Parts: sequence; structure tokens; C-alpha cells
Amino acid sequence: MEFFKIKHDIPFMSYGRYTTTISLVTFLFAVFFLAHKGLNFGVDFTGGTVMEVHYAQPADLSRVREQLAETHLPDALVQNFGSSRDVLIQVPLRQNIAGAKLSEQVLERLRKQDASVEMRRVEFVGPQVGKDLVENGALALLLVSLGIVGYLWVRFEWKFGLSAIIANLHDVVIILGFFAFFQWEFSLSVLAAVLAVLGYSVNESVVVFDRIRENFRTMRKAGVAEIIDNAITRTMSRTIITHGCTQMMVGAMLFLGGETLHYFAMALTIGILFSIYSSVLVASPLLMLLGVSREDFIKPEKTEAEEVLP
Amino acid sequence: MNQYPLWKYLSILAVLLVGLIYTLPNFYGESPAVQVSPLRASLKADDALLNRVSEELKAANLQPQAIALDGNSVKARFDDTDSQLKAKDILIGKLGEDYMVALNLLSRSPQWLSKLNALPMYLGLDLRGGVHFLLQVDMKAALSKSLEATSGDIRSALREQNIAYSGVNRDGNALAVKFRDADMRAKGEAEIRQRFSDYVLSAREEGGDFLLLATLKPEAERRIEDSAVQQNLVTLRNRVNELGVAEPVIQQQGADRVVVQLPGVQDTARAKDILGRTATLEVRMVDDEHQYSPGVATPFGTEMFKDREGNALLVKKQVVLTGERINDAQPGFDNRTNEAAVHINLDGVGARKFKDASRENIGKRMAIILFEKGRGEIVTAPVIREEIGGGRVQISGKMSTVEAQDTALLLRAGALAAPMEIIEERTVGPSLGADNITRGFDSTKIGFIMVAVFMVGYYLMFGTISMLALGANLLMLVALLSMLQATLTLPGMAGIALTLGMAIDANVLINERIREELRNGVTPQAAIHAGYDRAFGTILDSNVTTMIAGIALFMFGSGSIKGFAVVLCLGILTSMFSAVLVSRALVNLFYGRKARLTKVAIG
Repeated sequence: MEFFKIKHDIPFMSYGRYTTTISLVTFLFAVFFLAHKGLNFGVDFTGGTVMEVHYAQPADLSRVREQLAETHLPDALVQNFGSSRDVLIQVPLRQNIAGAKLSEQVLERLRKQDASVEMRRVEFVGPQVGKDLVENGALALLLVSLGIVGYLWVRFEWKFGLSAIIANLHDVVIILGFFAFFQWEFSLSVLAAVLAVLGYSVNESVVVFDRIRENFRTMRKAGVAEIIDNAITRTMSRTIITHGCTQMMVGAMLFLGGETLHYFAMALTIGILFSIYSSVLVASPLLMLLGVSREDFIKPEKTEAEEVLP
Repeated sequence: MNQYPLWKYLSILAVLLVGLIYTLPNFYGESPAVQVSPLRASLKADDALLNRVSEELKAANLQPQAIALDGNSVKARFDDTDSQLKAKDILIGKLGEDYMVALNLLSRSPQWLSKLNALPMYLGLDLRGGVHFLLQVDMKAALSKSLEATSGDIRSALREQNIAYSGVNRDGNALAVKFRDADMRAKGEAEIRQRFSDYVLSAREEGGDFLLLATLKPEAERRIEDSAVQQNLVTLRNRVNELGVAEPVIQQQGADRVVVQLPGVQDTARAKDILGRTATLEVRMVDDEHQYSPGVATPFGTEMFKDREGNALLVKKQVVLTGERINDAQPGFDNRTNEAAVHINLDGVGARKFKDASRENIGKRMAIILFEKGRGEIVTAPVIREEIGGGRVQISGKMSTVEAQDTALLLRAGALAAPMEIIEERTVGPSLGADNITRGFDSTKIGFIMVAVFMVGYYLMFGTISMLALGANLLMLVALLSMLQATLTLPGMAGIALTLGMAIDANVLINERIREELRNGVTPQAAIHAGYDRAFGTILDSNVTTMIAGIALFMFGSGSIKGFAVVLCLGILTSMFSAVLVSRALVNLFYGRKARLTKVAIG
């Protein structure tokens, strides 16, 4: 079985104008929603209390809200979580209540109303912790970006490092744009997924770049655009199959992994889809734009024997 | 060209075998167990305790599956939770307060595996249920407590030397000692410099007063902060022991934070209560005129307390001193007799009170009582030999060095060195933990099966080999996680699924390369060779970039995210091994020996 029997190279580089426009528009949309709506940061970052409780029968949300209002928590957010029996309660951080004690007060209240209520999960994050997490997250993002540029610079050339990281940060912004548009909760595990996507989708660019480098050595007479087209066409089959396989795994997580893994898997899904696109249609045109040439790899004084592949 | 020497096959086989052995414990599941560990440093978990526990269980007609000595505890495994709970109640009743009896889950894996140190993966709190607290130590309070203590000490030092001063005040982070003239200040400065080496002194005149400012040296400040955290850690450990948690984690995080993890604890209210409790210490006189007899009411003005050996003592109700007056307690030695001793340092007020009390009660016994949860226990009850002034008290006699350490610890740990605040709490109920395990496991399983069906259908023989290699990858990854006892969290399980999905990339790269070479008209053997060789560089590059992301996540991530990062990094390492070496070995075994290979099944 073979899905991709492509006889001739697809002239990807001549579509450059369209693809660049498409990604620019998507990118701008993402930036717009990020700026306009902002991310719906989870309790990990904002601080506050999240409680997940489970009832034996479908829960009556309005009664839960009543109870919370009586506990002087009228601004608590109460919603179903996964099923009608599971209830998620979110209470923002406040100055006057000792945060760590709050969950017990609430649970006690709910128990009085319905003894069958079962505590599934409590998360309380103080203001100090949330701030640290934001700082650490930003630092991690910076470190990953620098690390990847640095590595690609050493292994290839600075032009490759730069275009790969631009292409992948473009993916990151688009993932964040999706989270801003749908107002999905941006939690610590989503951040982990975003960073994993950054590492993962660079793979994609690396595979294409590897081929480009190889082609510069083997296709002596071809032009730069031709070389890139050939590299993309010949790695396309692998690109689709690999991502398909990874997506099968991530898809299983998305549908079977429960609420905790849902948005983690969602961020990965968006990341995987856009990394296919960006590595092929963003990184490579950028590489051309930056003026990659045969001379970047093949020094004129080299002899034929030394040009054999490692 | 596609043949490995025998040693290479054998070493790959050996690695896989080791992987299999260390993966095995995960299949046996866990049994409810009871864990008994001594609470006093002077008691050891030894064969005697082991025998005692098994005797008690036998007497109660309980048959443990296994009972063994493990580290500083005796662990007994049972068939069901019923007998586990029964055993716990019986052991608590029979062993008394010197031992902690906790519920635990123990791996059912056979002895020979445990002997090899092959343990099942260590599950994080989000998978097994439990409480995670992050506590912040109030360093300002620790420093100001120490400044308060010093200001008292300076006063009594100056008074002892007859140096006239008009006051000692706190001035921000410094102490200001007021003198009437420069002469006295010079004398005072010499005295203070000699006694309080942790402070930097500077002189200043202000409104006719001659001031001497004592500021803590930065290194002394750091030492105080450090010992405050250390003391709080000790106190927390003592308190957690009381909760009866099998494997608590109490660790310092950063300069001023403490992580407390209590697996299996559901009653968070009680846990918070015990962690946040303030214990108090009281010094009172022992009533030696009356004898305590059980059943008879205690004489007027006295109370009965037990010491740590369980002996009852009558103690007067009047309090001589409270624990707040104790600045420090350290184990050491009596410099005359060289016996183990505890050195206690009282603050100025405490020193004066103690001097009076000791003068009036020479030859009598004094009891130091630790109150926790409203219940008092006599830490020690030494005889007063002479009047003790200067606030330096030494307790010695009939004490081992371990007991001296224990007593000093109790005296210090009576209270926290500095207040702590819970700044993060994560509690996961047991049902959610179990659900998380099933979900994580199911999604990995379904994902794996889907990928397997696709790969075998698409690449035929090579797909089958790729999947065998991927299976080996999973085996190695689980084995590594078990070996390192790295904490497996739910994001960690997602990490396993994700690395498996990503690991297939290496095999796809290789298989696609082989196909391409075949299309170019190369012979099958040469195609296989070139496919593996050429793909390797690409595989390495793409894995290094993912590794960079993994390392950054590990450095900056916290808690469950760290779990994800560990799995990601380990998964990259195992996938390099399995995709390149294992799959190549299988291909070599299958195709390598055929001299005239005309066709390979690669779809």
C-alpha cells in the first residue's frame, strides 16, 4: 500500500505568495483574538480555588449555587464537568478568606445539603505561586526557542534555525489564538503541550531541512526552488504518516483521556495540524527569503570525495 | 552487509531482558498492607519487632500474605482491606504510642523481583489520590523572632557587666542600644562585639543619645533563615508521623518553601489542622511529696502526666516557664563528665525566672512538658542541682546521645521556628485517581492498537518490525521509569502516549527511505542498509530538538508537569534505542542472512 505516488515534484515554492498570505492572515487573526479576548487562564496561573465534586444523582446546580451564596461566595462559578453528576466549582482568589480553608467550608456546606457528595479534587493556588508559574512558563518558552535556534545553527546554518523557529512560534501563536477564541481554559498542562509542540514541530522542519541539505549536495544542477520542492515532495509521505500516527495517539487521549487531558490533547492536535503546514509552507519559503544557497553548505575548495554523505 | 555480530544481538537481547524484569512488578498489582515504624530514634525496627508484630497478628487470627522488614519499618501484606483495617486496629492497640501504624499498598510482585530492587512505577498523587501542600515559611517572622531574642540577651549581658544603658529597641532590621555617654558605649560595644559575633556594630549620635546599632550580618541572616526552614521541616515530619501516612514527602523547595505530600490522605481538614498546629512547652515543678496511684484523685494543685516511658508523675499546676522563652536547644556533652546532655538557651526574661525557680527548688525535680492536641507529655524531668543563672541550662545524666538529640529536637520542635502559610493545595480523591489511571491506560492502549493496525497494513513486514520495536520502546520506558522510581503523573501517562506516537516517526523515516531507495532501483539489501544509515542523522536531529523542549520543561515545570518532562526525555532516549537498534536487529535477523534477496515486504 502506498498513499503518495507522486511522479513529479510539486512546485510548492511557486505557491509561496498564497501560502504566506494564508499563514499571515491566520497569524493576524490569532494575534487579534489574543489581544481582544485574551487567554482564559486557569487557576494554576490566576490563583484561586477549584473543586470538583461528584454526586450520586444528577446534581442540581442552582441549589449548589444557593449554598455557595450563603457561604458568602456569590462570585463562585458552578458548572457541570464531564457528566451531569460532576460539578466544578471555581472561586477566585480573595484577600479576606484564608484560601486553604475555603474548600473545607464549601464541602461541609454541600455535605449538609446532600450527604452523597464526594470530593474528587481540590486545587488551591495562592497568588505567589501563580506569579511564579507565569514567570517560569515564559522562561521555559524562551529557553526552548533559544535552544532550538542554537542547535539548528550548529547543525545546519543560522538561516535554518531562524526560519524554523519563526515557523514554529507561528504555530504556538495560532494554538494560543484558538484557546483565546474559544476561551478554553489555559492551564499548566496546556502550557506543557505548547512547549512539547514547539519541540515536536521543529522535527518536521528538521526532516525537510535535512533533505534540502542533502539535495544541495546531490542535485548539482538544480536551482534553489527546485531543490526545496523536491525535498518537500519526497518527505511528504513521511510527514503525513508520522503525524497521522501521532495524531492517533493524541486523538485517543482527546476522546478517552478524560477532562484533565482533554485540553492538553487539544493543544497538541492543533499544534500537530499546523506544524505540518508551517514546516512545509512557512519554514521553507522563509528559508528562500533569507537567501539560502549552495555555498552555505558546499565550500568551493572541497573535493568530490569529501562530499559523500556522512 | 545487513548482519550484526553475535555480541550485538546478545547485548540487545540482554537489555530487553533487563527491561522485562524491571517492567514485571507493574503487572502484579498491589495488596493492602500495614506498615509499622518506630517513632522514637531510640527504637529500631528489627527482628524483635518483626516477631512481635507477627505474634500479635497470629494471636488475632490474621494471616498476612507476607511480612517482612523493610528499611526502618515492618510491612505486612494482606488479602483484603478488611483484614488490613483489622490488623491496623489491633497493632495500634498492642504496640502503643511508640510506633506509627499506617495503611499502605504494597506490590504483590514475588520476592525475587523485590530482591533485585525491581519495584512498580511510583505513582504521583493525581493517580493514587492524596494531598499536596506547598507551604511558605514567613522569613520576616523568623528574623524578627531572633532579633527579639537577641535584644533580651543584650540587656542581660550589659546588666551582668554593669554597663549602664538606657534602652534596647528594634529599629527595622537592626537593634538600637542607647547609652548615656560615649565611654559606656565603648564598653558596651566591646562586650556586645565579643558575645554577639553575628552582628555588625556601628555607632551614631542622635538627639543627645549615644546609639549603638547592631545589624545582622548577611551570612547570619541566611543561617537563621536556613535553620528556621530546617526546624520547620523537623516539626512537620514529627507531626506527619502522627497522621499515620505510609510514604510522606516533606521537602524544602527553594529558599523558603516546603512541600508536603501525603499520599492516600483524604481527610484534608485534619491534615491541615495537624500541620498548622502550634505545640507549646511548659516547665513546671514535680510534686515529689505525693505519690501517684491510679484510681485515686490527684492532690489539689497537681496534675498527672506521663513521661515517654509511660511512667506517671505528679506535676504542680503552676507554670514556671513556657516554651516561648526557649531560644534554642542543642544536643551536646557535659564538659565535666563527658555525658550526653542537652543545652538549652533561654531568653532574658526566661533566664531571670529560671534563676529564681532553681534557687528555691534545689534538690527537687523539674518537668518539661510538651503539649500537643491538648495532651501533655513529659519530655524530661531532671533534678535541679544548683541555682542556674545566665539562661544557659544543661540537662544531663542517664541519657544516650540519641536520647539527647531526641530531647533537644522535641524542645525545639515544640513550636515552629517561623509561621507557615499554605500557598498551594492539590487534593485528589481516590476515585478520581483510579479513574485517571484507567483513562491514561485506555487511551495509550487504544492509540497503540490503532497505530499498530495502520503500520502493519501499510508497511507489511517492516511495519510489523516497527511495531515490535515500538513495543520494545514501551517496555524500556516503563522499565526505566520503574528503575528510577520517577513519579508517574497523569501528564506523565500522556507523555508515554505522546512519545510512542512520536517514536514511530523514526521508523516511518527509515521505512520511507528504504522504499525510496528500492524505487531508485537499488537491491533490497543495499536499500535496507542505506535506509537505516541515511535516516539516522535526521532521527538524531529531530530527537535533539524535542529533548531541548523536554529539558526546559523539566527545569521550569513543577509537580505533574515535571512528570511529563521526565517521561518525554526518557521516551526520546528509549525510542532512539528501539527504533534504530532493535528494529535493525530484527530486520537483520529476518532479511540479513538471505544472500539473494530479491523482494522485501514493505508495501
